[in-house]
Amino acid sequence: MVSLLASAIGFMPFFLFGCTGEIITEKSGHLNLGIPGIICAGGAGGCLAVSIYMNSINGATPNYILLILISIIGAFLLAGLLGSIYAFLTVSLKCNQNISGLALTTFGTGLTQFVMKNFVDINDISTASTLFKLNLPFANSLGWFGEIFLSHGILVYIATAIAIITAYVLNKTKIGLHLRAVGENPAAADAVGIKVDRYKYLAILIGSGIAGLAGCFFILDYIQGGYDSYYIMESLGWLSIALVIFTLWKPNFAIVGSIIFGALYILPNANIVASITTQTAIKKVIELIPYIVTILVLLFISISGSKKAQPPASLGVNYFREER
Amino acid sequence: MNNSVALELKNITKTFGKVVANKNVNLTLNKGEILSILGENGSGKTTLMNMISGIYYPDEGQIFIGGEEVIISSPQDAFKYKIGMIHQHFKLVDVFTAAENIVLGVNDKFNLKEVNSRVEEIASKYGFEIDAKKYVYNMAVSEKQTVEIIKVLYRGADILILDEPTAVLTPQETQKLFDVLRKMREDGKSIIIITHKLNEVMEISDRVSILRKGEYVATVDTKDTNEKELTEMMVGKKIDLKIERTETDFDKPLLEIRNLSINGDDGSRKIEDVSFYIRGGEILGVAGIAGCGQKELCEAIAGLRKIENGAICHKGESIVGLPAKEIIDKGISMSFIPEDRLGMGLAPNFSITDNMMLKTYNDNKGPFVDRKTARKNAENLIKKLEIVTPSTETPVRRLSGGNVQKVLVGREIESSPNVIVTAYPVRGLDINSSYAIYNILNDQKANGTGILFIGEDLDVMLALCDKIMVLCHGKNMGIVHAKKTTKEELGLMMTGSLDLAEVKNKEYGKAKDSHLTEKEWNEQQAENENKGGNDNG
Amino acid sequence: MANNKTIHEPLLHIVKRDNISIAKKISIYAIAILVSLLLGGIICSIVSPRGNVGKFFTSLYEGCFGTKRKTWLFFQEFSLLLAVSMALIVSFKMKFWNLGANGQILMGGLASIACSYYLGGKINESLLIVLCVLSSMLAGAIWAVIPAICKALWNTNETLFTLMLNYIASGLVNLFIAIWVTGGSGILNPLAYGKLPEIYNKYLLIVLFGIIITIIITIYLRYTKHGYEISVVGDSPNTARYIGINVKKVIIRTLILSGIICGIVGLLLTSGMSNNISADKAGNRGFTAIMTTWLANCNPLFAIATCGLVVFITKGMEMVRPTFGMLDDTISNLVIGIVYFFIIACAFFVQYKIVFNAKTTAILNKIATPFIWVYDKIKLGVLFIIEKIKPIFNKIVKKENTEKEDK
Repeated sequence: MVSLLASAIGFMPFFLFGCTGEIITEKSGHLNLGIPGIICAGGAGGCLAVSIYMNSINGATPNYILLILISIIGAFLLAGLLGSIYAFLTVSLKCNQNISGLALTTFGTGLTQFVMKNFVDINDISTASTLFKLNLPFANSLGWFGEIFLSHGILVYIATAIAIITAYVLNKTKIGLHLRAVGENPAAADAVGIKVDRYKYLAILIGSGIAGLAGCFFILDYIQGGYDSYYIMESLGWLSIALVIFTLWKPNFAIVGSIIFGALYILPNANIVASITTQTAIKKVIELIPYIVTILVLLFISISGSKKAQPPASLGVNYFREER
Repeated sequence: MNNSVALELKNITKTFGKVVANKNVNLTLNKGEILSILGENGSGKTTLMNMISGIYYPDEGQIFIGGEEVIISSPQDAFKYKIGMIHQHFKLVDVFTAAENIVLGVNDKFNLKEVNSRVEEIASKYGFEIDAKKYVYNMAVSEKQTVEIIKVLYRGADILILDEPTAVLTPQETQKLFDVLRKMREDGKSIIIITHKLNEVMEISDRVSILRKGEYVATVDTKDTNEKELTEMMVGKKIDLKIERTETDFDKPLLEIRNLSINGDDGSRKIEDVSFYIRGGEILGVAGIAGCGQKELCEAIAGLRKIENGAICHKGESIVGLPAKEIIDKGISMSFIPEDRLGMGLAPNFSITDNMMLKTYNDNKGPFVDRKTARKNAENLIKKLEIVTPSTETPVRRLSGGNVQKVLVGREIESSPNVIVTAYPVRGLDINSSYAIYNILNDQKANGTGILFIGEDLDVMLALCDKIMVLCHGKNMGIVHAKKTTKEELGLMMTGSLDLAEVKNKEYGKAKDSHLTEKEWNEQQAENENKGGNDNG
Repeated sequence: MANNKTIHEPLLHIVKRDNISIAKKISIYAIAILVSLLLGGIICSIVSPRGNVGKFFTSLYEGCFGTKRKTWLFFQEFSLLLAVSMALIVSFKMKFWNLGANGQILMGGLASIACSYYLGGKINESLLIVLCVLSSMLAGAIWAVIPAICKALWNTNETLFTLMLNYIASGLVNLFIAIWVTGGSGILNPLAYGKLPEIYNKYLLIVLFGIIITIIITIYLRYTKHGYEISVVGDSPNTARYIGINVKKVIIRTLILSGIICGIVGLLLTSGMSNNISADKAGNRGFTAIMTTWLANCNPLFAIATCGLVVFITKGMEMVRPTFGMLDDTISNLVIGIVYFFIIACAFFVQYKIVFNAKTTAILNKIATPFIWVYDKIKLGVLFIIEKIKPIFNKIVKKENTEKEDK
């Protein structure tokens, strides 16, 4: 059980980055179905940056802090770039959000494969990944507490921090208030002088960037540069979008939600299940649980109609200011 | 310059395409006063206010604030000059609290506690009641209005413009609002209030400015005038439009409405205990200021809105609770021109042919639609009404407004209904097209159809209709014979100053040769409590 | 107007177009597609110096029509995509965003394979095939109608719901494979029974289906009452309610149709091809079809063009790869993505036009003047020549006719 929880938390950053990023985007009223592609692209960006860095130091031991920083920046930039395409299409050109997002997913996954195969040296990645897995030195001596909470790579803590900061900004600052207004009632926000388009762009860019970190985590931390698992990133990316619904658009819930989804992802292969049954079939059923749960949440919020659990009222609708 | 003048407009003109919304309008607002702007629909008041609050920009003319000329080209500019407008349709975020809505867009450091206390300060200063932590989706309409008012006060507005503020308030809430306005006036604020209710104008304002058909008429001190004078200025002299009124024999009542009460979307009462009837071969006009309940009345008759109380009978049969399609099949046709013309009754991207089929597409046997007949009907209609269109297959949204209305009205006539409910059928049409519509209506009348004509031009209605019913704030103020009434009398009823129905007895609006007995009417009403407006998706 | 001096007029503003001629529309799209393909070709030649842009285009063509087999494969894929597109058109026309086509295809395939697996060999083969067909239609319909019912009853967001159902569908497929296949290889071998019969060759059945369903849906949408109701609901739900259309019923009915079509596609992809199933059998067609449908503006005839284009590029890229020496197909998605973006941007330019402020317009006009002058002169020249030729041409024709008559 302890190891399950620990592994779940170990995988949690993937969902948390993706979910937090998409929450920010959706709060501005935009449903970005390009997140799977953006996550992949973030992975590619991170790897690209690491490759370049490793190349430049020519075989010496990489500097820990520099490595983490460079990979994060690389991931954020490439993901943000893709996000900016989506933003341009849906905010400036007022194109259909679903279509633009799906096109972006296609493009993003293609771009990722392209970059990874042609510009990134896998060995560099493997070397770098060992550093990602580094955890606090004294963690092992603290028993189960240490195993669950302290024995993780740094990205786990960064993800948690980002989620908490996001929640704070959204709920307790002026910028957060303005952003939420833009997603709920852009006409009202426009009427009081809030620059709706600007907020949307920022939300999409930052949201995409953060989501891209999920890809960076996956390749560099989790699979440690393993070769062909990129497609998994794409399907897990859809789960991140599902998680946004599951957490009712609250980043703090996302922390717990990510752990739950992480657990569900690990569960089919975890020791605890292996001890109960070896039936692959049951494992397949367990894999379905996150999606089923999400559907239940969707149904629940639409049936209950509770005003506070709803998606942002303007989600999916492009804002077009009427005749002025 | 004169320091007691808060706001002055000089020679303001605004045109939209060919329509002149405001022409050479002059207006002065003094500090510490309440000014009413009075005018009918289409008089240009809202456009004028929109220019002061920065939503439109004047084509000509100047605006002065405190004696200095200013340019107001956006709502932000209006804030800068301490102008705050409270629109009829609120712009609030439902899932925020009052405080969050109030502070939205304000550039100070964000501190909700401070906001809450400042809001309470403002509230107690002027006598508002508000819970700053309450969520907007939990609020009643009057509370939402309070939030909007405090929103502009919070930004330090000295000039406030309220657009029909009492339209959504009960009498008690109206009094509370007036108390607040008086306190604000004592505090030196300058307030413009747009309202139609003459009694309120007399009660609350210091001066009254009147607009008519886009032009400025006059400004008078409230204490020096009375409701009759104001009405005269508002509606002007009668114009003889030379519209023929066909003389017909009137039949038994086709459509009878008793004690009808209807609620609007926001829960407020839109139609209150209204009774009237339409005979075959008769045109009954319905006059009233925009928002007096005509829309809800039409929708209820067409089966699209549920009623709270009362009875609607067509040839003696109740139609309350029937689905819209059945009501159409019974021969009650509705051509309603809402604000956006294409909202209901027409599909904007469909061709004229496809729109002609909207009510009849299911009539022929088999799974296929009959476009041939519809196309022929469309061609006939285009010829008969001289509709300007490249072809029968042009999408309707590409036609000019007037032509769209011709399609709409023309289609309704095609189905040979026995009751026609038509609202604003000539809104925006040029003279010739309008006459074409009047002729159509007269033809129908001669055929024995009963027509409910909701209109805004009193001159037209006086010429065309046989009787005119006036609604004010949802109440029936009186049904008069067009030949025997005057424009002033209608104006007084429209603004609530004259209530003929009160004077008469309870039998007002009830036909003596009704299809049903009193007992049957009462039974109907009991059945109809809260019925109607079938929701078929 | 002294006031306007202080107003800062922005560089450009966006104005909705009233009207755009078909010719202009087609030329905008054509240019966009060409430019995007050029861009793709350039990227490919940069990445792999073995090829150049010209080779890019020829490889595209060869990949689709180079051999007889390739041509059949092209049309097979074209038909499948077109069929899914039809399923989505009826749904999108009502503004119901059915993103779950992948799942509906999978469920159709799963139902059919399940029938073959459990009943194969135990009942008459023809009966089995009939059951396969019916079950795939039913499964697809159910998978599509569940979100429709929830939307009708509770206004549940269908975008997210249908999306999730995709993954549940692939999960179910994996589940059944896990149950059926011992040894945990996760791969189901082709079944012995229940394979659909071949017509002439293994491709024609699918191609015929594509053609037939396109014709059916085109007629359905344009000429039947159902299709009319779908259009009304999509164009103006208020009007639909006013004339008595039961919007909920229409949504449910239409999604059943959508699901049935997807189910049949699933049937074709499994029992109609290698008679097995895997979680990625739908092959992303559900998503691709969303793009082609939307790009075709929900018009069945345009969908033929967009599906054709997408399949052309996809299949074509399969040839570009080896020609250019690229080891994997990652570049395919890249190129397709670029084409998508350009076409999406087109949708914008077709609906809106950019109006520059007075200053800029004046500058642009000045720059354009010489070009316009040249263009005018050329046009005049061409017209002049045509006028001169016409009488000569007429004379020749007359002469031929009289010669014929003499004979």
